[in-house]
Amino acid sequence: MPSPQSPRRRALILALPAAGCALALAPGAALASRAEADEAALRLTGGARPKDGKVRLKLPEIADSGATVPFTVSVDHPMAPDNYVKAIHVLAHDNPAPQVASFHFTPTGKAEVSGRLRLARSQEVRAVALLSDGSAWETRREVKVTVGGCGG
Amino acid sequence: MPTPKVKFPETAARGEIIEIKTLIDHDMESGQRKDMNGVLLPRRIINRFTCALNGKVVFTAELHPGISANPGLTFYITASESGPLDFTWEDDDGSRYTLSRPLTVK
Repeated sequence: MPSPQSPRRRALILALPAAGCALALAPGAALASRAEADEAALRLTGGARPKDGKVRLKLPEIADSGATVPFTVSVDHPMAPDNYVKAIHVLAHDNPAPQVASFHFTPTGKAEVSGRLRLARSQEVRAVALLSDGSAWETRREVKVTVGGCGG
Repeated sequence: MPTPKVKFPETAARGEIIEIKTLIDHDMESGQRKDMNGVLLPRRIINRFTCALNGKVVFTAELHPGISANPGLTFYITASESGPLDFTWEDDDGSRYTLSRPLTVK
């Protein structure tokens, strides 16, 4: 008996799963090791080793879908012309590409950004902040991505 | 053609910190996915977002494939002066999507 689905329709269905999930299923996709992630963080801070503190990263403890995980990252620091937060980098160690986003600030408003990110699997997400004095600060949050949330 | 949207208070007191919400409809194709024939779908994402007040860049975001489809960002600026707020989204394919809205500071 012929399949009720045409190949074209099946192709469409296969293409539909959210990209974040497909990341987890992509064969041969290299996952960054912790050491590589540390190195990536160091490159982003221009060699300054991040200390724990100052950075706040809000993420759900459990994400139903890795395709859309809301985050808010902020730094407890003034935004004065001579003393401010220059950048915040968001990294997801176990994504095929650990670098998620880099936000560059000027001394205005406050050092806070919200958005949505993709997680290929349960993992630790890290936010690294670089201040105008050259110091770097970081925090990490563990996020569990629900099994089956990828439709796999 | 993606349609960007922004939301922020039209008027603000001088020195007030205002919230800016932005959104653009875009697949953010990661470059990791394959179609049913095993052919890699080429990466196509919004890789950069910029916000400028009166021609001066106040906030920039470099985005990678780890950012979800239809990327939305919320951030904050100080209402230091009146002027246009210009928003730019840069696509991997070279397209630029822009939006300009006035901010009035009292």
